[in-house]
Amino acid sequence: MQKLKDFAHGALVPVLVLVLWEACSRAGLFSAVVMPAPSAVAAKWWAYLLPPQEQDASQTYLNWLLSGELLHDAYSSLYRVIAGFVIGAGLALPLGLLMGANTRIYALFNPLVQILRPIPPIAYIPLAILWFGLGNPPSFFLIAIGAFFPVLMNTIAGVRQVDGIYLRAARNLGVGQWTMFTRVILPAATPYILAGVRIGIGTAFIVVIVSEMIAVNDGLGFRILEAREFMWSDKIIAGMITIGLLGLAIDTAVSRLNNHLLRWHRGLEH
Amino acid sequence: MSSPILINNVQKVFKTPGGDVVALKDINLTIQPGEFVCLLGPSGCGKSTLLNAVAGFQPPSDGQIIIDQKTIRSPGPDRGMVFQEYALFPWMTVAQNIAFGLEIQKKENAEIDLTVNQLLDLLHLKDFRDRYPKDLSGGMRQRVAIARVLALDSPIMLMDEPFGALDALTRRNLQDELLRIWEKLGKTILFVTHSIEESIYLADRIVVMTYRPGTVKRDQYVDMPRPRDPASPAFNDLKRELGRLVMEEQQRHADAEMKLAAVD
Repeated sequence: MQKLKDFAHGALVPVLVLVLWEACSRAGLFSAVVMPAPSAVAAKWWAYLLPPQEQDASQTYLNWLLSGELLHDAYSSLYRVIAGFVIGAGLALPLGLLMGANTRIYALFNPLVQILRPIPPIAYIPLAILWFGLGNPPSFFLIAIGAFFPVLMNTIAGVRQVDGIYLRAARNLGVGQWTMFTRVILPAATPYILAGVRIGIGTAFIVVIVSEMIAVNDGLGFRILEAREFMWSDKIIAGMITIGLLGLAIDTAVSRLNNHLLRWHRGLEH
Repeated sequence: MSSPILINNVQKVFKTPGGDVVALKDINLTIQPGEFVCLLGPSGCGKSTLLNAVAGFQPPSDGQIIIDQKTIRSPGPDRGMVFQEYALFPWMTVAQNIAFGLEIQKKENAEIDLTVNQLLDLLHLKDFRDRYPKDLSGGMRQRVAIARVLALDSPIMLMDEPFGALDALTRRNLQDELLRIWEKLGKTILFVTHSIEESIYLADRIVVMTYRPGTVKRDQYVDMPRPRDPASPAFNDLKRELGRLVMEEQQRHADAEMKLAAVD
């Protein structure tokens, strides 16, 4: 009952906005091309989600059900986010661990990192196209750059803030360098690293939409730009809502993963 | 089987921007196997510095600490340490914390399980084996820390104000546990405290230290049967006597701080 009440409470403002918007559209306050009614957006979103034609004899039911344009686009975008993120974070993590643990390596790499870090990933678009042409590779490159720096900076900070008492306790137990790294420093730095992962995924998700506007012909970013060419504002908004839902789903998944990996951490309830 | 701890002419000088601080000077002690020794003194007397030197975290500037004919230069599992801050690994469960030292020594899994179970029993931690440290009270955490060191099966146990952060009742409870374990396992214990009562309650021998430079002010054997009654006349006579010694040093500590404040 309480849950229902909370839900009603939370839904109040969004529903009011929708009703007002719908009313304004129906009253003809704005042109349907510029600002379609929410009901039109919902209808478009549904059409975008559904399979384009009748089930083909060669398809299984599930394949057919998932053959809609929206799911294909969402899958393409998600694939780019994950691939780009894995490349970026996969490079950032070992470098961050080394830079955090070793002051000489830090001193060697830090100047370059500080010069490159303020360059927004979007500024790499011309180079990305020049280097990688069209298709997925420039996307991966841009997303990897977007994910790289948050993960790198947080990993460095995470390793550096490891409480000396853990190192002393571990040395007292007879821990060698490698074990110290893998079983003490790495887990102790995990809360910071995961915070970086969350920021990095968020950046990757921003970059994927932008990158799809330049070099590919599917994905949610491509789709809303394509819809603009045809003045399909309902499809643009439907696409934007899908981007929002996918972003929410990714963040929820990462947050769940965090809570699981950090179940030992103070201040987190599971 | 086990050898004494020989502390020979140990000095420790810390270089600071304000000049050298002599933390330890001319410390000579021989601690016998199985002896329970408390290092007692006010803060700044170098008792923790001496313990850290024996642990190998901060080797002496001069002189040697010799155990088993070897000069101590680095930390090792033959001298397990219990810290005031517990220093449990928060990402490991109770059982994993206790097992960690054994895993490093590449012991067989079956042997590790056996030891961990015995220690969980010994320290009444059975119901907590799969909990994380954040879910435990201070007293429980310190039990785990003690179990973690006992798992190493080292002949020497170093304890740096281990019960300092606990409330009085938990503290007494853990003191009794520690005595029970010590009597059962026959470890050599070097125990740092600033509590006079704690030192008399626990130790065979109390080494009272002076405030800067840290030297041995009194090497006092405690000849009272255990369990000791903190209300008994003998206990209180010794408490008064040691209290006088410690307060002299505490006064020097306070004077030095006042002087430093006056200079500022």
